[in-house]
Amino acid sequence: MLSSLHKQLLNDFQQDLPLSATPYLDIANSLGVTENEVLAAFKELQDQQFIARIGSVIAPNLIGVSSLIAMSVPENKLQKTADIINQYPEVNHNYERDNRFNLWFVLIAKDSESLQEVMTDMELQTGYKMLYLPLLADYFINLGFELDFND
Amino acid sequence: MIDVVNRQLIELLQQGLPLVSRPYAVIGEKLGLCEDEVLVRVRNLKQQGIIKRLGVVVNHRRLGYKANAMVVFDVPDSLISQIGGHVSRFNFVNLCYQRPKQGSQWPYNLYCMIHGKNKVTVLKQLDHLTESCGLHQFKREILFSKQCFKQRGALYQAIENQEKVINNG
Repeated sequence: MLSSLHKQLLNDFQQDLPLSATPYLDIANSLGVTENEVLAAFKELQDQQFIARIGSVIAPNLIGVSSLIAMSVPENKLQKTADIINQYPEVNHNYERDNRFNLWFVLIAKDSESLQEVMTDMELQTGYKMLYLPLLADYFINLGFELDFND
Repeated sequence: MIDVVNRQLIELLQQGLPLVSRPYAVIGEKLGLCEDEVLVRVRNLKQQGIIKRLGVVVNHRRLGYKANAMVVFDVPDSLISQIGGHVSRFNFVNLCYQRPKQGSQWPYNLYCMIHGKNKVTVLKQLDHLTESCGLHQFKREILFSKQCFKQRGALYQAIENQEKVINNG
């Protein structure tokens, strides 16, 4: 069961933690609780996997090169193909989606040559062509995701 | 532009800020930097826009947001930045990107991600978005996620390996 402290920590600090030497103490002070309570609550949220981590989100393509990739794979070959794809350390966020292009993942490599090499190798290993869908523009203004705790 | 120490710092921040009273001191120990130096570097990385945010990364699925739709539209290139700017203002839109059209097999250039507690909610939000941004006229597809094969890989392993080669001469 999420306490009101849990909910505040989940909703109010997605965008930025206080950028000081003692961020958890600053949060505690702003909420009128102790630092230990904040640390304990974050630990509970993490242990129960309500939060993936407290960490950074990096602007795309500033470190390394990435692209979204889509593949169209017959249903009965999907798991096998996903297994092949997942063996590459360059793969993140590999999802099945309900479309004729049913396998979607993100590739991250150190530069475009490496990215190209990985893609060529993947097409060879899986036998399926890929859609190369690199980011051209990012319109997203991150205001945090407002969680609805009702129901 | 991004030196090796900053890359290592980013890699540690990606893994997560330690849940201790002085998290930057702990990160500093791993990098051989003092706490102040870590904070200065983090502030600079934020100022430069390399770190977009440093905060709580929530697990939407675990919090009951089980439906996730990637919606793709075919909009004219001349209108895309205006439409993208409009679409990204809705708080249920999690990401909003332009990507290249790939001919007739995939003629879409605007991508947005909508998280919701179920498909019905997501589709309602999409209706609202379509209405508000005048998106009816554009061809679109809605792709709900089904199974997740892999969430997060070794994000910068490729880069780290490269650096090890450089560092080892």
